[in-house]
Amino acid sequence: MLLGRIQVPPSVRRGEAFEVRILVEHPMETGFRRDMNGQSIPVYIVNKLSCRYAGYEVFSAELGTGMSANPYMAFFAVAESSGEVAVEWSDDRGATGRVTAMLNVT
Amino acid sequence: MAGDIQVKRRRFLAGAAAAAAGAALPSRSQEVQDITPMLDKITRGVRPQRSGVEIELPQIAENGNSVPMRIRVASPMSAEDHVKAIYIFAERNPRPLIATFHLGPHSGRAEISTRVRLAGTQRVTVLAELTKDRFLVGPADVLVTSAACMDEATL
Repeated sequence: MLLGRIQVPPSVRRGEAFEVRILVEHPMETGFRRDMNGQSIPVYIVNKLSCRYAGYEVFSAELGTGMSANPYMAFFAVAESSGEVAVEWSDDRGATGRVTAMLNVT
Repeated sequence: MAGDIQVKRRRFLAGAAAAAAGAALPSRSQEVQDITPMLDKITRGVRPQRSGVEIELPQIAENGNSVPMRIRVASPMSAEDHVKAIYIFAERNPRPLIATFHLGPHSGRAEISTRVRLAGTQRVTVLAELTKDRFLVGPADVLVTSAACMDEATL
C-alpha cells in the first residue's frame, strides 16, 4: 500500500470549482541513476493516477520519469454534492495507493 | 630547439582546451530532441494554435529535480467545449513526455499544478487537446542551474 495525502477545501458552494491537491510518496526512479556499486537503478515510478468524485472520473493522469520524486498534482473539480473525493494510483510494480477526503458542499 | 618546445606547448594547450570543451558539453541524454513527431502523433496532423496556454514556471530553477509549474488553458470547460487532455514535454529530458493529464467537463477549470524534473535549461512545451479536434500549444523557457541527476548512467 503506497502512501499519499489529499487536501480539499473545508467547504465549497455548489457549482463552484474547487482545488484538489495530491501528494504521493514515491521515489520515482528514472532509471538513469546508478547506485554506489555502479549498478544502474531500475525505473520505479507511479505511472497512473485517477480521481473520482460524485460518480465521475474528474481527473486522471499518466506519469513518466519526468515527474519529481513524491509527485504532487493539483487540479479542479466542480462541486455537486457533499461526498467523498477519492484518488487512486498505481506504480509500475503493481503496488497501489488510495486516499479519500470528505467534501462539504453548501 | 626552442621552436620545437614552442610547438609542443602549443599542441598541449590546444589539446587541453579541446578536452575542457568536451567536458563542458552536455552528455548524450541532455541533447535537445525534436518533439514535433511526438506532437504530431497526438494531433494526428492538425496544426495546434499557439495561444490560450498559460504556463507558470520559474525563470530560473535552482534545482532541476523539482521545478514547480502551473498550467492554465483558456476554455469554458462546458460539455461541448472543454479541454480533454494536457501533455507536458521537455525537449532536453531523455524521455520528453513528462505527463499526460485527462480533464473533462466536471473539472470546471483547466488548471493544473505539478512539479517536474528538468535535465537542464530548456524549453518546456505544453499541448492541450480540446473537443472537436482542436489543439493549443504553449512554450515556456526555463533556466536550470542544477539539472536533474540523470546524466550519470550515460557518462
